[in-house]
Amino acid sequence: MVIAKTVDGEIGIMPQHAPVLGVLVEGGVLRIKREGEGDLAAAVHGGFISVADDEVSVLAEVAELGSEVDVAAARDALDRAQASIEANQEDADAAIEAKRARARLRAAGEEV
Amino acid sequence: MGAQLRLLRRRINSVKSTAKITRAQELIASSRIVRAQQRMQAALPYEREITRAVTGVVSNAASVDHPLTVAKDNPVRAGVLIVTSDSGFCGGFNANVLREAEALRGLLEGRGLEVVPFVTGRKGVTWHTFRQREMGGQWVGFSRKPAYADAKEIAQTLIDSFKDDNGIDEIHIVSTEFVSMLTQNVVVKRVLPLEVEETEATETTAIPPYFEFEPTAGDVLESLLPRYVESRIFTALLQSAASEEAARRRAMKSATDNANELMRLLTQEMNQARQAEITQEISEIVGGANALADAAAGKE
Repeated sequence: MVIAKTVDGEIGIMPQHAPVLGVLVEGGVLRIKREGEGDLAAAVHGGFISVADDEVSVLAEVAELGSEVDVAAARDALDRAQASIEANQEDADAAIEAKRARARLRAAGEEV
Repeated sequence: MGAQLRLLRRRINSVKSTAKITRAQELIASSRIVRAQQRMQAALPYEREITRAVTGVVSNAASVDHPLTVAKDNPVRAGVLIVTSDSGFCGGFNANVLREAEALRGLLEGRGLEVVPFVTGRKGVTWHTFRQREMGGQWVGFSRKPAYADAKEIAQTLIDSFKDDNGIDEIHIVSTEFVSMLTQNVVVKRVLPLEVEETEATETTAIPPYFEFEPTAGDVLESLLPRYVESRIFTALLQSAASEEAARRRAMKSATDNANELMRLLTQEMNQARQAEITQEISEIVGGANALADAAAGKE
């Protein structure tokens, strides 16, 4: 089963799901639940999920598998983004940065 | 005679050093083709999927009228993205692209459209500035190794201009398609307004799946189409990069071959000149010795 976060909310896709095309949110975490194996998590920043012919494809501009996340770097990025949000409330870039960093940390299985 | 010999030696040396340079360029280009090809391959799945998704949306939701999909009733301006290289030494690569772009310009002007060129690559930009043609946009510095961000920037400019009422009404791309190491073709593609028939006609399963959309077809299209244009431009840039290296390798190979041939001819000529000089010296010495001998004989 694939769980993704679209702009409408979370969507879970089981085998034999009807074809869907969804827009993913910025800084979401995609989870793939596998039988017999552990879950696979990835931080996905924007993009689309498309389900057709029993195939799920995720098109993202930037994506990172949880196991590949550099936790220290992500934490560092989050701290920096939060500092600049505190300094300037309307800093949209920093807000996105913070979202992305949080998604990366969550994908890596860290508490945020 | 000595002067001619020196001259030939100097020419041989200069040809030799040129050959060294072109040979090195050839080797560099060969190694770069492989990497350019890998980058091209890596971008392929994304393009395939995004094309499939766009086809899905457009063929499913006929009711969706997105400004990017509808052909304007009376187009006035057409934007042409011309993909050239930053550096030369690649044979007819840029000339071919520019010739095709000129042909397209003629075709569009025949339809009564004003053509706005958008140019990437230093060679194309210079070509246009030299002819004092106004450009809608120009980008340089990444022809050998285009990044996705570059494609994004170009797509943004094109889409903004497309959405603008006074901007362009059509977008075409003229670029070089990489078929193999030996074959590269210049292709002209229309990106917008969308031509759905053109995309992936080979892989159509009987009925395209009926998609549900999250949140709505219009919203999906709104964010999908810019990505699609980006991806098309990115592919064009990558293909062009690989083609450029292939063209460069070929040009440099023939340059090296020509230099070697020239070196052979010059060496021959030089040997002849040297031989002639020696022969002349011998005959001079012999003649001198004979004259001395004769003079000595005459005294006695």
